[in-house]
Amino acid sequence: MTLPNDIVITPELVADHGLKPDEYQKILDLIGRTPTYTELGIFSAMWNEHCSYKSSKKWLKTLPTTGPRVIQGPGENAGVVDIGDGQAVVFKMESHNHPSFIEPYQGAATGVGGILRDVFTMGARPVAAMNALRFGSPDHEKTRHLVSGVVAGVGGYGNAFGVPTVGGEVEFDERYNGNILVNAFAAGLADTDKIFYSKAEGVGLPVVYLGAKTGRDGVGGATMASAEFGDDIEEKRPTVQVGDPFTEKRLLEACLELMQTGAVIAIQDMGAAGLTCSAVEMGAKGDLGIELDLDKVPVRETHMTPYEMMLSESQERMLMVLHPEKEAAARAVFEKWELDFATVGKTTDDLRFRVLWQGDEVANLPIKELGDEAPEYDRPWIEPPKPAPLAANDIPRMDVADALLKLMGSHQIASRRWVYEQYDTLIQGNSLQRPGGDAGVIRVEGHDTKALAFTSDVNPRYCEADPYEGGKQAVAEAWRNLTATGAEPLAATDNLNFGNPERPEIMGQLVGAVKGIGEACRVLEFPIVSGNVSLYNETNGRGILPTPTIGGVGLLPDWNRMARIGFAAENQVILLVGSPAARGTHLGQSIYLRDLFGRRDGTAPHVDLAHEKRTGDFVRQLIRSGVATACHDLSDGGLAVGLAEMAVASGIGATIVDLTDQDTILQYFGEDQGRYLVTVNLDPQGEEIAALWNEAEKLGIHAPWIGTTGGSDLVLGDARPLPVRDLAAAHEGWFPQYMNG
Amino acid sequence: MKSAVIVFPGLNRDRDMIAALTKISGTAPQVVWHQDADLPDVDLVVIPGGFSYGDYLRCGAIAARSPIMDKLRERAAQGVKVLGVCNGFQILVEAGLLPGALMRNTSLKFVCREVKLEVVNADTAFTRGYQPGQVFRCPVAHHDGNYFADAETIARLEGDGRVAFRYAEGTNPNGSINDIAGIFNEQKNVLGMMPHPENLIESAHGGSDGRALFSALLERAA
Repeated sequence: MTLPNDIVITPELVADHGLKPDEYQKILDLIGRTPTYTELGIFSAMWNEHCSYKSSKKWLKTLPTTGPRVIQGPGENAGVVDIGDGQAVVFKMESHNHPSFIEPYQGAATGVGGILRDVFTMGARPVAAMNALRFGSPDHEKTRHLVSGVVAGVGGYGNAFGVPTVGGEVEFDERYNGNILVNAFAAGLADTDKIFYSKAEGVGLPVVYLGAKTGRDGVGGATMASAEFGDDIEEKRPTVQVGDPFTEKRLLEACLELMQTGAVIAIQDMGAAGLTCSAVEMGAKGDLGIELDLDKVPVRETHMTPYEMMLSESQERMLMVLHPEKEAAARAVFEKWELDFATVGKTTDDLRFRVLWQGDEVANLPIKELGDEAPEYDRPWIEPPKPAPLAANDIPRMDVADALLKLMGSHQIASRRWVYEQYDTLIQGNSLQRPGGDAGVIRVEGHDTKALAFTSDVNPRYCEADPYEGGKQAVAEAWRNLTATGAEPLAATDNLNFGNPERPEIMGQLVGAVKGIGEACRVLEFPIVSGNVSLYNETNGRGILPTPTIGGVGLLPDWNRMARIGFAAENQVILLVGSPAARGTHLGQSIYLRDLFGRRDGTAPHVDLAHEKRTGDFVRQLIRSGVATACHDLSDGGLAVGLAEMAVASGIGATIVDLTDQDTILQYFGEDQGRYLVTVNLDPQGEEIAALWNEAEKLGIHAPWIGTTGGSDLVLGDARPLPVRDLAAAHEGWFPQYMNG
Repeated sequence: MKSAVIVFPGLNRDRDMIAALTKISGTAPQVVWHQDADLPDVDLVVIPGGFSYGDYLRCGAIAARSPIMDKLRERAAQGVKVLGVCNGFQILVEAGLLPGALMRNTSLKFVCREVKLEVVNADTAFTRGYQPGQVFRCPVAHHDGNYFADAETIARLEGDGRVAFRYAEGTNPNGSINDIAGIFNEQKNVLGMMPHPENLIESAHGGSDGRALFSALLERAA
């Protein structure tokens, strides 16, 4: 077979497409001839790291992905989990790191757009969004600009689309100076009998293109996202797509309306590598060939080449296979919403991916092999060396009150209000808990009491010190944050952000983290149902902190029995549930060390998963039975910061009694895992609390009474009382001051 | 009480508004698509919030030129009550049903938070559920809510009781002149406001301060 081809395929051209010589040889072996330029583009799109997961696939397969509630695990546009009553929650998290560094507003905006599309492609109406954002040091010259652009981009897209942003993370560390992370999460609601998939069925059926027109934006984006950055990064700006939330909103309404008509057999959104990936995926999954006629593709620029059309990452586009007899009805829906609708091809029985353009065949490739035969690597890895534990007497001193006040006003702990007030957090009218608590919570529309909780978590410091413990901790933290609202953790999505996997120490981070994630997910019965991998987050040879972000989803049967982080009232008993006997012991890798003493040493804290599970189940029961009046899990900054956050959220102070035989720094700032602060409205001498303690003891859980709410100060033992309003001022002050500075 | 909600492409608080009207009146409003030929026979027409046509031109400018707006103008002249919230307010201003302009927030940022509103004129069909001078909670969520008009117009609005709500207790989120959050037309049967009373009507919202606005409208027409 020979296909017309004007462009000579040279080794340089192959290298420019991110294909290694052995990968190119594999292409030659597969098709038995030199590929055309268009075909080379198609291979580079399908076989890059971003689309093929070639470095991570071997390890991703080890993650637990099933469970009694899981309807759809990884491999579709998003994961699907049963929430009862014939309804399902559909969710995924995905990175848009590379584009957001190059062009923060559009990079972040299209990240949000892409993840929303993944969700509504499956037939779900998006009901909640989150964003996990990681920036370089606040002192770095680009950070302010990137924060400002990314936050505006996230808001600009999500607000106009009309989905509430209910949570997320914002973190700063110099290790992200050259590679920021933008991990976008979206969740939607669907009926379990109306979930739509990408698998095409039936020969000779129309392949229909819907949505926005195709332009030259984003050509080669997925390949760009699979490479490290060098000093030529500014030249990559044209590979970033431009978002149009107005079109996306119309596309959402049109798709959901169309799905109601029963016309849709298969649907796939055009994300990374656009038309190529979506068409190949629909065909390959259904054991069908696909023929595309590019002359029918709606374009917004003239003289586009087939190469450009196949690799364009223009946003807000969908590909569907439709029942032919319903094509006219489908067209009417799209015309109502003033969106393009074009039949651009058909399904075939020859298992070939054929692309026609101006009377020529410009690509003719085996469709199954394009996906299935993508290179898969068992990359060499080494276990990264673990830092030495801190010596027992190595406890740098600072006055407890001074330390807490400083941390509350630090970039790590300070309120993210400056960020989340730029997001619409209450559109749709279902937001029960907005950002600022342990998890975002929305009620399930159409149900009297049911609600869903969402959180996004990872501690990259721990992951760097110990990828395995860090991976476990990320899952446990997400599980804990859901539990702290009273929700039952259902399932999670993972967004694995790492450096260059061709370096064995980076690959070792990935392997360790995935092992830790898998172990925690198994013990906590918290399967991974969707996810995304972002590698090569590296500039001039320096990688980011390993950052496996976990997005967790939980279910509350009755939102009237839900906990919040603010103290509910004065004179309530404060319990530290899950506490070790000494309350706090572990200072390694803590925020106390990093942000007050500039130290990044010590081991990551250990997560005892069995204890974690028992503690969480106990806390959830306290919330659901109405005993707990407020709840907050402990994380960065330990007990002191946890208490201060509860005080600031309510304006109510508290008095804590020191444990006399334990160092106060360890008590208040240690970052031991699996701990929750729970307030109860019980007589501390009464029978009910005795029963609670009895129950905890049987489970092997400490739940010591550490203090009582009340007053306008937070009093940590013998430390100077801190007025809650001073803590609040410090907490609210940092972000606006920094951004205005 | 019969109500209708006009939907333009890009609006996204239509579902919130429809839910609020349904919950408070017990009857779902009729939904009017922007290309529909006419408005149904109703007592109240609402234009909800969102980003009509993406707000890629001046906010509300394209929707304001839609043929359905001529029908709305006729109904308004006949005394039918018209409520525009957020983008709906911007559309009413662009359509000339209300004076002034809504400029970009002085912060230049989108802002979503709860503010306090003072009821400036409680003697209208929209506001009679509140006491004069009453201060209530209400959320805002907008990028362009900075109300402005020339001095003469402002004097007329203030003098004629046409300022409906003012941001109170230093909570003006957008820099609007005289802290104006909502205004009436001359006949006081058209109200435009930036805040979202429909997002604070039940315990799940953390309060129901916005409810009185809708219940007053629904009672009178009933």
